[in-house]
Amino acid sequence: MILSRLTIHELQSLIRTGGATSSDIVQSVFARIEEVEGRVHAYITLMKDHAFAEAARADQDIKAGKIKPLTGIPIALKDIVCTKGFLTTCGSHILYNYVPPYDAMVVQKLREAGAIFTGKTNMDEFAMGSSTETSYFGITRNPWDLDRIPGGSSGGSAAAVAADECIASIGSDTGGSIRQPAALCGVVGMKPTYGRVSRFGLIAYASSLDQIGPFTKDVEDCAIMMNAIAGYDSQESTSVPMNVPDYTEFISRGIDGWKVGIPKEYFIEGIDPEVNEAMQRAITTIEGLGATCVEISLPHTEYCLAVYYIIAPAEASSNLARYDGVKYGFRSQDSIDLLDMYKKTRSAGFGAEVKRRIMIGTYALSSGYYDAYYKKASQVRALIKRDFTEAFTLCNAILTPISPTPAFKIGERMDNPLQMYLSDIFTVSTNLAGIPGISVPCGFTKGGLPIGAQFLAGHFEEGPLIQIAAAFEKYANIEKRRPNL
Amino acid sequence: MGLKITKDEVDYVAHLARLDFSEAEKSKFTSQLNDILMYMETLSQVDTAGVEPMSHAISLQNAFRDDIVKDSLGHDLSLSNAPEARGPFFRVPKVIE
Repeated sequence: MILSRLTIHELQSLIRTGGATSSDIVQSVFARIEEVEGRVHAYITLMKDHAFAEAARADQDIKAGKIKPLTGIPIALKDIVCTKGFLTTCGSHILYNYVPPYDAMVVQKLREAGAIFTGKTNMDEFAMGSSTETSYFGITRNPWDLDRIPGGSSGGSAAAVAADECIASIGSDTGGSIRQPAALCGVVGMKPTYGRVSRFGLIAYASSLDQIGPFTKDVEDCAIMMNAIAGYDSQESTSVPMNVPDYTEFISRGIDGWKVGIPKEYFIEGIDPEVNEAMQRAITTIEGLGATCVEISLPHTEYCLAVYYIIAPAEASSNLARYDGVKYGFRSQDSIDLLDMYKKTRSAGFGAEVKRRIMIGTYALSSGYYDAYYKKASQVRALIKRDFTEAFTLCNAILTPISPTPAFKIGERMDNPLQMYLSDIFTVSTNLAGIPGISVPCGFTKGGLPIGAQFLAGHFEEGPLIQIAAAFEKYANIEKRRPNL
Repeated sequence: MGLKITKDEVDYVAHLARLDFSEAEKSKFTSQLNDILMYMETLSQVDTAGVEPMSHAISLQNAFRDDIVKDSLGHDLSLSNAPEARGPFFRVPKVIE
Protein backbone atom coordinates (compact mmCIF):
# COMPACT_ATOMS: atom_id res chain seq x y z
CA MET A 1 0.00 0.00 0.00
CA ILE A 2 1.36 3.41 -1.03
CA LEU A 3 0.23 5.87 1.63
CA SER A 4 0.69 9.02 -0.49
CA ARG A 5 -2.10 7.78 -2.78
CA LEU A 6 -4.73 7.66 -0.04
CA THR A 7 -7.34 10.21 1.04
CA ILE A 8 -7.55 12.02 4.36
CA HIS A 9 -10.39 9.78 5.57
CA GLU A 10 -8.58 6.60 4.54
CA LEU A 11 -5.39 7.73 6.30
CA GLN A 12 -7.36 8.80 9.36
CA SER A 13 -8.79 5.31 9.77
CA LEU A 14 -5.32 3.81 9.32
CA ILE A 15 -3.96 6.16 11.97
CA ARG A 16 -6.78 5.31 14.36
CA THR A 17 -6.31 1.57 13.94
CA GLY A 18 -2.52 1.72 14.17
CA GLY A 19 -2.09 0.79 10.50
CA ALA A 20 0.15 3.79 9.80
CA THR A 21 1.91 6.53 11.72
CA SER A 22 2.11 10.15 10.69
CA SER A 23 5.84 9.65 10.12
CA ASP A 24 5.07 6.81 7.68
CA ILE A 25 2.66 9.05 5.77
CA VAL A 26 5.03 12.03 5.65
CA GLN A 27 7.82 9.66 4.57
CA SER A 28 5.64 8.34 1.75
CA VAL A 29 4.66 11.82 0.55
CA PHE A 30 8.25 13.06 0.51
CA ALA A 31 9.38 9.91 -1.32
CA ARG A 32 6.78 10.73 -3.97
CA ILE A 33 7.93 14.37 -4.09
CA GLU A 34 11.49 13.12 -4.61
CA GLU A 35 10.26 10.92 -7.45
CA VAL A 36 8.12 13.36 -9.45
CA GLU A 37 8.71 16.95 -8.34
CA GLY A 38 11.54 17.43 -10.86
CA ARG A 39 8.99 16.93 -13.63
CA VAL A 40 5.87 18.53 -12.11
CA HIS A 41 7.33 21.46 -10.13
CA ALA A 42 4.27 21.90 -7.91
CA TYR A 43 6.21 23.55 -5.08
CA ILE A 44 8.15 26.77 -4.63
CA THR A 45 9.37 25.87 -1.13
CA LEU A 46 9.43 22.49 0.62
CA MET A 47 9.14 22.28 4.41
CA LYS A 48 10.64 18.82 4.73
CA ASP A 49 12.49 19.09 8.06
CA HIS A 50 9.56 20.89 9.61
CA ALA A 51 7.15 18.22 8.30
CA PHE A 52 9.17 15.32 9.74
CA ALA A 53 9.54 17.05 13.11
CA GLU A 54 5.81 17.77 13.23
CA ALA A 55 5.03 14.16 12.20
CA ALA A 56 7.08 12.90 15.16
CA ARG A 57 5.06 15.22 17.41
CA ALA A 58 1.79 14.04 15.84
CA ASP A 59 2.81 10.42 16.50
CA GLN A 60 3.19 11.27 20.20
CA ASP A 61 -0.33 12.70 20.17
CA ILE A 62 -1.66 9.62 18.37
CA LYS A 63 -0.05 7.35 20.97
CA ALA A 64 -1.66 9.44 23.69
CA GLY A 65 -5.03 9.04 21.95
CA LYS A 66 -5.27 12.73 21.04
CA ILE A 67 -6.43 12.48 17.45
CA LYS A 68 -7.97 15.47 15.68
CA PRO A 69 -9.61 15.50 12.21
CA LEU A 70 -6.33 16.24 10.40
CA THR A 71 -3.82 14.78 12.84
CA GLY A 72 -0.74 13.62 10.95
CA ILE A 73 -2.06 14.51 7.48
CA PRO A 74 0.42 16.19 5.06
CA ILE A 75 -1.10 19.31 3.51
CA ALA A 76 0.38 21.79 1.01
CA LEU A 77 -0.28 25.52 1.11
CA LYS A 78 -0.48 27.89 -1.85
CA ASP A 79 2.38 30.35 -1.55
CA ILE A 80 -0.14 33.18 -1.07
CA VAL A 81 -0.93 32.37 2.58
CA CYS A 82 1.52 33.70 5.14
CA THR A 83 3.51 31.14 7.09
CA LYS A 84 5.45 32.40 10.10
CA GLY A 85 9.15 31.78 9.56
CA PHE A 86 8.70 30.23 6.09
CA LEU A 87 9.26 32.00 2.79
CA THR A 88 6.02 33.34 1.25
CA THR A 89 6.52 34.71 -2.26
CA CYS A 90 3.10 34.90 -3.94
CA GLY A 91 4.98 33.70 -7.03
CA SER A 92 6.60 37.11 -7.38
CA HIS A 93 10.11 38.51 -7.61
CA ILE A 94 8.94 41.44 -5.48
CA LEU A 95 8.39 39.05 -2.52
CA TYR A 96 11.28 36.69 -3.37
CA ASN A 97 12.72 36.92 0.15
CA TYR A 98 9.64 37.63 2.28
CA VAL A 99 9.44 35.66 5.52
CA PRO A 100 6.18 36.56 7.28
CA PRO A 101 6.28 37.29 11.01
CA TYR A 102 2.84 35.70 11.48
CA ASP A 103 0.64 32.83 10.28
CA ALA A 104 -2.51 33.28 8.20
CA MET A 105 -5.70 32.28 10.06
CA VAL A 106 -6.19 29.33 7.70
CA VAL A 107 -2.71 28.10 8.64
CA GLN A 108 -3.47 28.47 12.34
CA LYS A 109 -6.75 26.60 11.92
CA LEU A 110 -5.23 23.74 9.94
CA ARG A 111 -2.46 23.39 12.51
CA GLU A 112 -5.01 23.35 15.33
CA ALA A 113 -6.79 20.53 13.47
CA GLY A 114 -3.52 18.56 13.44
CA ALA A 115 -2.33 19.14 9.85
CA ILE A 116 1.33 18.87 8.85
CA PHE A 117 2.59 21.28 6.20
CA THR A 118 4.66 19.89 3.33
CA GLY A 119 5.49 23.19 1.66
CA LYS A 120 4.34 26.17 -0.33
CA THR A 121 2.97 25.60 -3.81
CA ASN A 122 3.57 27.38 -7.07
CA MET A 123 1.07 29.86 -8.49
CA ASP A 124 0.58 32.58 -11.05
CA GLU A 125 2.23 35.75 -9.79
CA PHE A 126 -0.14 37.39 -7.26
CA ALA A 127 -2.77 34.81 -8.36
CA MET A 128 -3.17 36.62 -11.69
CA GLY A 129 -3.44 33.97 -14.34
CA SER A 130 -5.20 30.81 -15.45
CA SER A 131 -2.20 28.59 -16.16
CA THR A 132 0.52 28.99 -13.49
CA GLU A 133 2.83 30.23 -16.26
CA THR A 134 3.36 33.71 -14.80
CA SER A 135 5.19 32.57 -11.63
CA TYR A 136 8.62 34.13 -11.11
CA PHE A 137 9.73 30.67 -9.95
CA GLY A 138 8.99 28.80 -13.19
CA ILE A 139 6.00 26.91 -14.54
CA THR A 140 4.12 23.95 -13.05
CA ARG A 141 3.26 21.08 -15.38
CA ASN A 142 0.01 19.13 -15.49
CA PRO A 143 0.63 15.65 -14.00
CA TRP A 144 -1.72 14.15 -16.63
CA ASP A 145 0.32 15.55 -19.52
CA LEU A 146 3.59 17.30 -18.79
CA ASP A 147 3.32 19.41 -21.97
CA ARG A 148 0.18 21.02 -20.64
CA ILE A 149 -0.65 23.65 -18.03
CA PRO A 150 -2.25 22.59 -14.71
CA GLY A 151 -4.63 25.55 -14.75
CA GLY A 152 -4.27 28.48 -12.42
CA SER A 153 -3.72 30.44 -10.50
CA SER A 154 -3.51 27.69 -7.83
CA GLY A 155 -1.87 25.30 -10.33
CA GLY A 156 0.77 24.07 -7.88
CA SER A 157 -1.81 23.15 -5.23
CA ALA A 158 -3.93 21.25 -7.80
CA ALA A 159 -0.95 19.46 -9.35
CA ALA A 160 0.43 18.51 -5.92
CA VAL A 161 -2.83 16.73 -5.01
CA ALA A 162 -3.16 15.09 -8.46
CA ALA A 163 0.45 13.85 -8.33
CA ASP A 164 0.15 12.59 -4.70
CA GLU A 165 2.78 15.11 -3.59
CA CYS A 166 0.49 15.91 -0.64
CA ILE A 167 -2.84 14.53 0.59
CA ALA A 168 -4.79 17.78 0.29
CA SER A 169 -3.93 21.41 -0.26
CA ILE A 170 -5.09 25.00 0.14
CA GLY A 171 -5.67 27.42 -2.71
CA SER A 172 -7.32 30.78 -3.27
CA ASP A 173 -10.00 31.63 -5.80
CA THR A 174 -10.64 35.16 -7.10
CA GLY A 175 -12.15 34.28 -10.48
CA GLY A 176 -11.81 30.48 -10.65
CA SER A 177 -8.29 29.90 -9.34
CA ILE A 178 -9.31 26.84 -7.29
CA ARG A 179 -12.08 25.36 -9.45
CA GLN A 180 -10.39 25.62 -12.85
CA PRO A 181 -7.06 23.96 -11.87
CA ALA A 182 -9.01 21.33 -9.90
CA ALA A 183 -10.95 20.49 -13.08
CA LEU A 184 -7.86 20.44 -15.29
CA CYS A 185 -5.95 18.23 -12.82
CA GLY A 186 -8.84 15.85 -12.02
CA VAL A 187 -9.26 16.67 -8.32
CA VAL A 188 -11.99 18.24 -6.14
CA GLY A 189 -11.77 21.98 -5.44
CA MET A 190 -14.11 24.27 -3.53
CA LYS A 191 -14.50 28.03 -3.44
CA PRO A 192 -16.55 28.78 -0.31
CA THR A 193 -18.97 31.70 0.10
CA TYR A 194 -17.36 35.12 0.41
CA GLY A 195 -16.93 35.58 4.18
CA ARG A 196 -16.97 31.87 5.09
CA VAL A 197 -13.19 31.38 5.46
CA SER A 198 -11.02 34.06 7.05
CA ARG A 199 -8.56 35.73 4.70
CA PHE A 200 -6.40 37.07 7.51
CA GLY A 201 -2.86 36.48 6.22
CA LEU A 202 -3.93 35.83 2.64
CA ILE A 203 -1.95 38.13 0.33
CA ALA A 204 -4.63 40.29 -1.26
CA TYR A 205 -5.36 40.36 -4.98
CA ALA A 206 -8.98 41.59 -5.36
CA SER A 207 -10.47 41.96 -1.91
CA SER A 208 -14.15 41.88 -2.87
CA LEU A 209 -13.63 38.54 -4.67
CA ASP A 210 -10.78 36.62 -2.98
CA GLN A 211 -11.66 33.49 -1.03
CA ILE A 212 -9.63 30.57 0.37
CA GLY A 213 -10.60 26.93 -0.20
CA PRO A 214 -9.37 23.33 -0.35
CA PHE A 215 -8.15 20.91 -3.03
CA THR A 216 -8.78 17.25 -2.19
CA LYS A 217 -8.87 13.80 -3.76
CA ASP A 218 -12.57 13.33 -3.08
CA VAL A 219 -15.65 15.14 -1.78
CA GLU A 220 -15.52 13.62 1.71
CA ASP A 221 -12.03 15.08 2.14
CA CYS A 222 -13.37 18.43 0.95
CA ALA A 223 -15.92 18.31 3.78
CA ILE A 224 -13.18 17.46 6.31
CA MET A 225 -11.02 20.35 5.12
CA MET A 226 -13.97 22.77 5.17
CA ASN A 227 -14.74 21.76 8.75
CA ALA A 228 -11.18 22.75 9.65
CA ILE A 229 -10.94 26.10 7.87
CA ALA A 230 -14.45 27.65 7.88
CA GLY A 231 -15.59 30.06 10.56
CA TYR A 232 -15.66 33.59 11.86
CA ASP A 233 -12.48 35.55 12.58
CA SER A 234 -12.69 38.88 14.36
CA GLN A 235 -9.43 39.94 12.70
CA GLU A 236 -11.04 39.87 9.26
CA SER A 237 -13.70 42.51 8.67
CA THR A 238 -15.46 40.60 5.85
CA SER A 239 -15.60 37.37 7.85
CA VAL A 240 -19.22 36.52 8.59
CA PRO A 241 -20.25 35.58 12.16
CA MET A 242 -22.34 32.51 11.38
CA ASN A 243 -22.33 29.00 12.71
CA VAL A 244 -20.49 26.40 10.65
CA PRO A 245 -22.27 23.03 10.21
CA ASP A 246 -20.44 19.71 10.23
CA TYR A 247 -19.97 19.35 6.48
CA THR A 248 -19.30 15.61 6.66
CA GLU A 249 -22.96 15.11 7.63
CA PHE A 250 -23.97 16.08 4.08
CA ILE A 251 -21.93 13.33 2.39
CA SER A 252 -24.52 10.57 2.16
CA ARG A 253 -27.83 12.45 2.13
CA GLY A 254 -28.47 12.12 -1.63
CA ILE A 255 -30.42 14.59 -3.77
CA ASP A 256 -33.72 12.82 -4.34
CA GLY A 257 -36.36 15.37 -5.31
CA TRP A 258 -33.87 18.19 -5.92
CA LYS A 259 -34.14 20.62 -8.79
CA VAL A 260 -30.83 21.29 -10.51
CA GLY A 261 -30.62 24.33 -12.77
CA ILE A 262 -28.86 24.13 -16.11
CA PRO A 263 -28.16 27.71 -17.21
CA LYS A 264 -28.57 27.92 -20.98
CA GLU A 265 -25.99 30.71 -21.23
CA TYR A 266 -23.26 28.29 -20.09
CA PHE A 267 -23.80 25.84 -22.91
CA ILE A 268 -22.59 27.94 -25.75
CA GLU A 269 -20.75 27.39 -28.99
CA GLY A 270 -17.04 27.21 -28.49
CA ILE A 271 -17.14 24.60 -25.73
CA ASP A 272 -14.90 21.67 -26.58
CA PRO A 273 -17.14 18.81 -27.83
CA GLU A 274 -15.68 16.34 -25.33
CA VAL A 275 -16.36 18.77 -22.46
CA ASN A 276 -19.90 19.17 -23.75
CA GLU A 277 -20.40 15.37 -23.90
CA ALA A 278 -19.12 15.01 -20.35
CA MET A 279 -21.60 17.67 -19.23
CA GLN A 280 -24.48 15.87 -20.93
CA ARG A 281 -23.46 12.66 -19.12
CA ALA A 282 -23.35 14.64 -15.86
CA ILE A 283 -26.93 15.82 -16.43
CA THR A 284 -28.02 12.18 -16.96
CA THR A 285 -26.20 11.17 -13.78
CA ILE A 286 -27.93 13.89 -11.77
CA GLU A 287 -31.34 12.79 -13.08
CA GLY A 288 -30.50 9.19 -12.21
CA LEU A 289 -30.16 10.34 -8.61
CA GLY A 290 -33.82 11.33 -8.43
CA ALA A 291 -33.25 15.02 -9.15
CA THR A 292 -34.85 16.97 -11.97
CA CYS A 293 -32.70 19.11 -14.24
CA VAL A 294 -34.44 22.33 -15.27
CA GLU A 295 -33.29 24.89 -17.79
CA ILE A 296 -32.70 28.26 -16.17
CA SER A 297 -31.40 31.58 -17.40
CA LEU A 298 -28.67 33.80 -15.99
CA PRO A 299 -29.21 36.65 -18.45
CA HIS A 300 -26.12 38.73 -17.62
CA THR A 301 -23.65 35.88 -18.07
CA GLU A 302 -22.09 37.36 -21.19
CA TYR A 303 -21.00 40.43 -19.21
CA CYS A 304 -19.30 38.57 -16.35
CA LEU A 305 -15.81 38.53 -17.85
CA ALA A 306 -15.82 42.24 -18.68
CA VAL A 307 -17.08 43.05 -15.17
CA TYR A 308 -14.46 40.79 -13.60
CA TYR A 309 -11.59 42.17 -15.65
CA ILE A 310 -12.45 45.70 -14.51
CA ILE A 311 -13.18 45.04 -10.83
CA ALA A 312 -10.31 42.62 -10.14
CA PRO A 313 -7.57 44.78 -11.73
CA ALA A 314 -9.00 47.92 -10.11
CA GLU A 315 -8.81 46.35 -6.67
CA ALA A 316 -5.41 44.85 -7.50
CA SER A 317 -3.99 48.23 -8.50
CA SER A 318 -4.92 49.49 -5.05
CA ASN A 319 -3.84 46.38 -3.11
CA LEU A 320 -0.49 46.14 -4.88
CA ALA A 321 0.39 49.77 -4.15
CA ARG A 322 1.93 48.45 -0.92
CA TYR A 323 4.88 46.89 -2.80
CA ASP A 324 7.13 49.90 -2.76
CA GLY A 325 10.51 48.51 -1.73
CA VAL A 326 10.27 50.06 1.75
CA LYS A 327 8.80 47.56 4.20
CA TYR A 328 9.60 44.13 2.75
CA GLY A 329 10.64 42.28 -0.36
CA PHE A 330 12.73 43.36 -3.31
CA ARG A 331 14.22 46.87 -3.57
CA SER A 332 15.94 48.14 -6.68
CA GLN A 333 19.34 49.61 -5.89
CA ASP A 334 20.97 52.84 -7.13
CA SER A 335 17.91 55.00 -7.40
CA ILE A 336 18.30 58.77 -7.28
CA ASP A 337 15.33 59.56 -5.05
CA LEU A 338 12.23 58.02 -3.46
CA LEU A 339 9.99 58.25 -6.54
CA ASP A 340 12.72 56.74 -8.67
CA MET A 341 13.08 53.90 -6.16
CA TYR A 342 9.35 53.16 -6.23
CA LYS A 343 9.31 53.02 -10.03
CA LYS A 344 12.49 50.98 -10.41
CA THR A 345 11.48 48.56 -7.66
CA ARG A 346 7.99 47.96 -9.00
CA SER A 347 9.08 47.78 -12.65
CA ALA A 348 11.77 45.20 -11.92
CA GLY A 349 9.79 43.40 -9.19
CA PHE A 350 6.48 42.73 -10.97
CA GLY A 351 6.06 40.49 -14.01
CA ALA A 352 4.26 41.45 -17.23
CA GLU A 353 0.77 40.15 -16.34
CA VAL A 354 0.77 41.85 -12.94
CA LYS A 355 1.85 45.14 -14.54
CA ARG A 356 -0.83 44.75 -17.20
CA ARG A 357 -3.53 44.37 -14.54
CA ILE A 358 -2.17 47.23 -12.43
CA MET A 359 -2.32 49.38 -15.57
CA ILE A 360 -5.90 48.35 -16.44
CA GLY A 361 -6.97 48.92 -12.86
CA THR A 362 -5.22 52.27 -12.48
CA TYR A 363 -6.74 53.42 -15.78
CA ALA A 364 -10.23 52.24 -14.78
CA LEU A 365 -10.02 54.11 -11.46
CA SER A 366 -8.37 57.25 -12.84
CA SER A 367 -10.13 60.59 -12.94
CA GLY A 368 -12.65 60.79 -15.77
CA TYR A 369 -12.91 57.03 -16.30
CA TYR A 370 -14.24 55.85 -12.95
CA ASP A 371 -17.91 56.11 -13.88
CA ALA A 372 -17.45 54.49 -17.28
CA TYR A 373 -15.56 51.49 -15.93
CA TYR A 374 -15.55 50.75 -12.19
CA LYS A 375 -18.96 52.18 -11.38
CA LYS A 376 -20.54 50.64 -14.48
CA ALA A 377 -18.95 47.27 -13.70
CA SER A 378 -20.17 47.44 -10.08
CA GLN A 379 -23.71 48.09 -11.31
CA VAL A 380 -23.66 45.18 -13.75
CA ARG A 381 -22.22 43.10 -10.92
CA ALA A 382 -25.37 43.81 -8.89
CA LEU A 383 -27.43 42.49 -11.82
CA ILE A 384 -25.28 39.34 -12.04
CA LYS A 385 -25.84 38.69 -8.35
CA ARG A 386 -29.57 39.25 -8.81
CA ASP A 387 -29.61 36.68 -11.65
CA PHE A 388 -28.33 34.06 -9.21
CA THR A 389 -30.73 35.08 -6.44
CA GLU A 390 -33.63 34.66 -8.84
CA ALA A 391 -32.27 31.38 -10.23
CA PHE A 392 -32.02 29.87 -6.74
CA THR A 393 -35.75 30.41 -6.23
CA LEU A 394 -36.20 27.81 -9.02
CA CYS A 395 -33.54 25.25 -8.13
CA ASN A 396 -31.46 23.87 -5.23
CA ALA A 397 -28.16 24.00 -7.14
CA ILE A 398 -26.78 24.85 -10.56
CA LEU A 399 -24.63 22.64 -12.80
CA THR A 400 -22.20 24.16 -15.32
CA PRO A 401 -18.92 23.36 -17.05
CA ILE A 402 -15.76 24.73 -15.35
CA SER A 403 -13.50 25.35 -18.27
CA PRO A 404 -14.53 25.49 -21.94
CA THR A 405 -11.58 23.26 -22.85
CA PRO A 406 -9.41 20.64 -21.14
CA ALA A 407 -5.86 21.66 -20.12
CA PHE A 408 -4.18 23.57 -22.95
CA LYS A 409 -0.55 23.39 -24.05
CA ILE A 410 2.14 25.30 -22.20
CA GLY A 411 2.78 28.64 -23.95
CA GLU A 412 -0.37 28.44 -26.07
CA ARG A 413 -2.16 31.49 -24.63
CA MET A 414 0.74 33.50 -23.19
CA ASP A 415 0.95 36.01 -26.05
CA ASN A 416 -2.74 36.81 -26.05
CA PRO A 417 -3.96 38.08 -22.66
CA LEU A 418 -7.56 38.38 -23.79
CA GLN A 419 -7.66 34.75 -24.93
CA MET A 420 -6.17 33.72 -21.56
CA TYR A 421 -8.90 35.72 -19.78
CA LEU A 422 -11.56 33.76 -21.71
CA SER A 423 -10.39 30.61 -19.84
CA ASP A 424 -12.29 32.02 -16.85
CA ILE A 425 -15.61 32.48 -18.62
CA PHE A 426 -17.54 29.93 -16.48
CA THR A 427 -15.94 30.65 -13.12
CA VAL A 428 -15.82 34.42 -12.54
CA SER A 429 -19.59 34.83 -12.02
CA THR A 430 -19.39 32.83 -8.79
CA ASN A 431 -16.91 35.28 -7.26
CA LEU A 432 -18.85 38.32 -8.49
CA ALA A 433 -22.00 36.98 -6.78
CA GLY A 434 -20.05 35.76 -3.72
CA ILE A 435 -21.67 32.30 -3.84
CA PRO A 436 -19.88 28.97 -3.24
CA GLY A 437 -18.85 26.62 -6.04
CA ILE A 438 -17.30 23.19 -6.22
CA SER A 439 -15.40 21.46 -9.02
CA VAL A 440 -15.79 17.68 -9.25
CA PRO A 441 -14.18 15.31 -11.79
CA CYS A 442 -16.73 14.18 -14.37
CA GLY A 443 -14.68 12.20 -16.89
CA PHE A 444 -11.72 12.18 -19.25
CA THR A 445 -11.13 13.17 -22.85
CA LYS A 446 -10.13 10.45 -25.30
CA GLY A 447 -6.60 11.78 -24.93
CA GLY A 448 -6.77 11.10 -21.17
CA LEU A 449 -7.18 14.66 -19.85
CA PRO A 450 -9.52 15.22 -16.86
CA ILE A 451 -12.77 17.18 -17.22
CA GLY A 452 -14.55 18.84 -14.30
CA ALA A 453 -18.16 19.77 -13.56
CA GLN A 454 -19.12 22.76 -11.43
CA PHE A 455 -21.94 22.89 -8.93
CA LEU A 456 -23.08 26.24 -7.52
CA ALA A 457 -25.42 27.03 -4.63
CA GLY A 458 -26.67 30.04 -2.69
CA HIS A 459 -24.70 31.97 -0.08
CA PHE A 460 -23.45 29.77 2.80
CA GLU A 461 -24.83 26.60 1.21
CA GLU A 462 -21.52 24.73 1.17
CA GLY A 463 -23.31 21.85 2.91
CA PRO A 464 -25.84 21.26 0.10
CA LEU A 465 -22.99 21.70 -2.41
CA ILE A 466 -21.04 18.93 -0.72
CA GLN A 467 -24.26 16.91 -0.68
CA ILE A 468 -24.78 17.09 -4.46
CA ALA A 469 -21.06 16.75 -5.27
CA ALA A 470 -20.77 13.63 -3.08
CA ALA A 471 -23.91 12.07 -4.58
CA PHE A 472 -22.63 12.83 -8.08
CA GLU A 473 -19.15 11.46 -7.33
CA LYS A 474 -20.57 8.23 -5.98
CA TYR A 475 -23.13 7.62 -8.70
CA ALA A 476 -21.17 8.91 -11.74
CA ASN A 477 -18.59 6.30 -10.84
CA ILE A 478 -15.82 8.04 -12.81
CA GLU A 479 -13.06 5.58 -13.56
CA LYS A 480 -10.27 5.77 -10.97
CA ARG A 481 -7.14 6.62 -12.89
CA ARG A 482 -3.83 8.06 -11.82
CA PRO A 483 -1.58 10.22 -13.89
CA ASN A 484 1.17 8.22 -15.55
CA LEU A 485 4.18 10.05 -14.15
CA MET B 1 -13.29 52.48 -33.79
CA GLY B 2 -10.61 54.75 -32.45
CA LEU B 3 -8.05 53.83 -29.84
CA LYS B 4 -9.36 53.63 -26.28
CA ILE B 5 -5.98 54.49 -24.87
CA THR B 6 -3.05 56.29 -26.51
CA LYS B 7 0.64 55.88 -25.81
CA ASP B 8 0.63 59.23 -23.95
CA GLU B 9 -2.15 57.97 -21.70
CA VAL B 10 -0.20 54.78 -21.09
CA ASP B 11 2.69 57.01 -19.97
CA TYR B 12 0.40 58.94 -17.64
CA VAL B 13 -1.24 55.84 -16.13
CA ALA B 14 2.19 54.22 -15.70
CA HIS B 15 3.29 57.23 -13.69
CA LEU B 16 0.18 57.03 -11.51
CA ALA B 17 0.91 53.34 -10.92
CA ARG B 18 4.60 54.07 -10.24
CA LEU B 19 5.76 51.90 -13.12
CA ASP B 20 8.33 52.51 -15.88
CA PHE B 21 8.24 50.88 -19.29
CA SER B 22 10.68 50.71 -22.19
CA GLU B 23 9.48 52.02 -25.55
CA ALA B 24 8.96 48.47 -26.82
CA GLU B 25 6.94 47.50 -23.74
CA LYS B 26 4.88 50.69 -24.08
CA SER B 27 3.89 49.86 -27.66
CA LYS B 28 2.97 46.30 -26.73
CA PHE B 29 0.98 47.42 -23.66
CA THR B 30 -0.83 50.14 -25.61
CA SER B 31 -2.10 47.63 -28.14
CA GLN B 32 -2.95 44.95 -25.54
CA LEU B 33 -4.74 47.45 -23.28
CA ASN B 34 -6.70 48.67 -26.29
CA ASP B 35 -7.87 45.15 -27.06
CA ILE B 36 -8.89 44.60 -23.45
CA LEU B 37 -10.65 47.96 -23.10
CA MET B 38 -12.52 47.37 -26.37
CA TYR B 39 -13.77 44.12 -24.88
CA MET B 40 -15.03 46.05 -21.82
CA GLU B 41 -17.14 48.19 -24.19
CA THR B 42 -19.72 45.37 -24.16
CA LEU B 43 -20.91 46.70 -20.78
CA SER B 44 -22.31 49.81 -22.42
CA GLN B 45 -25.10 47.58 -23.81
CA VAL B 46 -26.44 46.95 -20.29
CA ASP B 47 -29.12 49.27 -18.95
CA THR B 48 -28.02 50.11 -15.42
CA ALA B 49 -30.24 53.12 -14.80
CA GLY B 50 -31.14 53.17 -11.13
CA VAL B 51 -29.00 50.13 -10.24
CA GLU B 52 -27.06 50.62 -7.02
CA PRO B 53 -23.36 49.72 -7.56
CA MET B 54 -22.41 46.60 -5.59
CA SER B 55 -19.18 46.58 -3.65
CA HIS B 56 -19.31 43.40 -1.60
CA ALA B 57 -21.24 40.18 -2.13
CA ILE B 58 -22.26 39.83 1.50
CA SER B 59 -23.09 43.17 3.01
CA LEU B 60 -22.11 43.42 6.62
CA GLN B 61 -23.10 46.67 8.26
CA ASN B 62 -20.22 47.17 10.63
CA ALA B 63 -17.47 44.88 11.76
CA PHE B 64 -16.65 46.01 15.26
CA ARG B 65 -14.72 44.15 17.88
CA ASP B 66 -14.07 45.03 21.47
CA ASP B 67 -11.33 47.55 22.05
CA ILE B 68 -8.94 45.29 23.93
CA VAL B 69 -5.19 45.82 23.99
CA LYS B 70 -3.37 42.82 22.53
CA ASP B 71 0.24 42.00 21.75
CA SER B 72 1.51 43.48 18.50
CA LEU B 73 4.51 42.53 16.36
CA GLY B 74 7.05 44.91 17.88
CA HIS B 75 9.94 46.71 16.17
CA ASP B 76 12.23 43.79 15.50
CA LEU B 77 9.67 41.61 13.76
CA SER B 78 8.13 44.54 11.92
CA LEU B 79 11.52 45.50 10.52
CA SER B 80 12.71 41.93 9.94
CA ASN B 81 11.88 42.05 6.22
CA ALA B 82 12.96 45.62 5.55
CA PRO B 83 15.38 46.04 2.62
CA GLU B 84 17.10 48.68 4.78
CA ALA B 85 16.46 49.61 8.38
CA ARG B 86 18.24 51.71 10.95
CA GLY B 87 17.30 51.57 14.61
CA PRO B 88 13.52 51.47 14.84
CA PHE B 89 13.05 52.95 11.34
CA PHE B 90 12.61 51.88 7.72
CA ARG B 91 15.32 53.56 5.66
CA VAL B 92 14.54 55.09 2.25
CA PRO B 93 16.41 57.29 -0.26
CA LYS B 94 16.41 61.00 0.45
CA VAL B 95 12.94 62.54 0.17
CA ILE B 96 13.54 66.21 1.00
CA GLU B 97 16.32 68.20 -0.68
